[in-house]
Amino acid sequence: MWTFFHKLASPPHVYRIAAAFVPWFAVIGVALIGYGTIAGLFFAPPDYQQGDAFRIIYVHVPAAYLSLLAYSIMAIAAGIGLIWRMKLAHAVAAATAPLGAWFTFLALATGSIWGRPMWGTWWEWGDPRLTSELIMLFLYIGYMALRSAIDDIGKADKASAVLALVGAINVPIIHFSVEWWSSLHQGPTLIREGGPAIEAAMLYPLLANIFGFTLLFGALVLMRVRTEVLQRERRSRWVRNMILGDPA
Amino acid sequence: MSAQPTLLQGFGAVVRRDLLLAFKRPGDMLNPLFFFAMVSTLFPLAIGPASEQLIAIGPGVVWVAALLSALLSLNGLYLGDLEDGSLDQIVLSPQPLPLLALGKTAAHWLVSGLPLVIVSPVVAVSYQMPAGTIGVMMVTLTLGTISLSLLGSVGAALTVGLNRGTALLSLLVLPLAMPVLIFGARTVSLAAADDAVAAGIYFLAAYCVLALSFAPFAAAAALRISND
Repeated sequence: MWTFFHKLASPPHVYRIAAAFVPWFAVIGVALIGYGTIAGLFFAPPDYQQGDAFRIIYVHVPAAYLSLLAYSIMAIAAGIGLIWRMKLAHAVAAATAPLGAWFTFLALATGSIWGRPMWGTWWEWGDPRLTSELIMLFLYIGYMALRSAIDDIGKADKASAVLALVGAINVPIIHFSVEWWSSLHQGPTLIREGGPAIEAAMLYPLLANIFGFTLLFGALVLMRVRTEVLQRERRSRWVRNMILGDPA
Repeated sequence: MSAQPTLLQGFGAVVRRDLLLAFKRPGDMLNPLFFFAMVSTLFPLAIGPASEQLIAIGPGVVWVAALLSALLSLNGLYLGDLEDGSLDQIVLSPQPLPLLALGKTAAHWLVSGLPLVIVSPVVAVSYQMPAGTIGVMMVTLTLGTISLSLLGSVGAALTVGLNRGTALLSLLVLPLAMPVLIFGARTVSLAAADDAVAAGIYFLAAYCVLALSFAPFAAAAALRISND
């Protein structure tokens, strides 16, 4: 059990393990997304109020969920990196941030495309989810900006980790404050898909897409972690041996 | 054995030193204030002098202007110390670093946050905000600028010594400061509408206490990293 954890601190080991996981995650993820998307777009019944417009949830919900998951992973990895001085954890945090930012952007974009026919506006300041998701995007941007502004990689790791943790404490506060703020507006009635009751033919493709997106996200993170590891270890012996085909 | 200075003496020494430095260069202290006044002037010029509009945007303008001018002065929080080498001394000193960071933050608030609070009624009156709201505005601004100074001290510690420091600092601190802005501006608006304001003030106070308990430690950790 513990050897497994200790091995996670070894870059060549992680480099190999990640390579073994990537194809599984990618293949199963793509298959699930394929099923979820086709079933969601063509076979799920149209919503009785929203018609076909609701189908954007098959992209929107997984993206929004992943934007939060990515931030949690980033903050936890940053914390592990700071506390146990584990360089690989920093590599994971660095690899996750741009993906998280991208999913946040995707959630915002699909949300506003959905808002156009449903609310009659591209952007609705009265909706707390939109606003807090936007602030989330800003947090990601700040994190990536800080990381890219510091040349020394060890320093960049630690400084951005502090920022990620401070941000993580703030995320629930931001969410709560935005909700409080918008609840005071005499806003439009915020219709979200019919609460807990959602038909099975609509639900299963959604679940498939959520799992599929998560697996695909996992595959992408692992691929990016491998690149990070190679970049950080480019002067080490095992990388040179591997590239030159020399058995270590 | 020579007596070690107590925690309070260490804290006091940092505050006194930073205040002294600030008063030796009054221009640096006044610039954010003038900036605050000018930003507040921009809005009526851009939007028009109709008084009902001004009353509606007044609380928001005061808060946005305060936020921006607090940011403006944050960049220099640790920069001077880095340049003359005293940051090394602060990091190396036997006093706990979070305490010294808190001392520097306190001094920063005294020379940048407190003057904003004091000047803000002038802006409020020019926006024709009702007299009853000015007290609420000053209370929220006091709590808010303390939180901003604390949050900003973390950002300033993270970016000290970086080339593109100022723009980066805004990118880091602004999203974190949004809850403060939301509650501050909303509470003043509520006061202007004769609504209950206690919830907003409690929230700001809670946020302030939270920042007070965490930010010095985060700033200290950031200073150690930046000053490696």
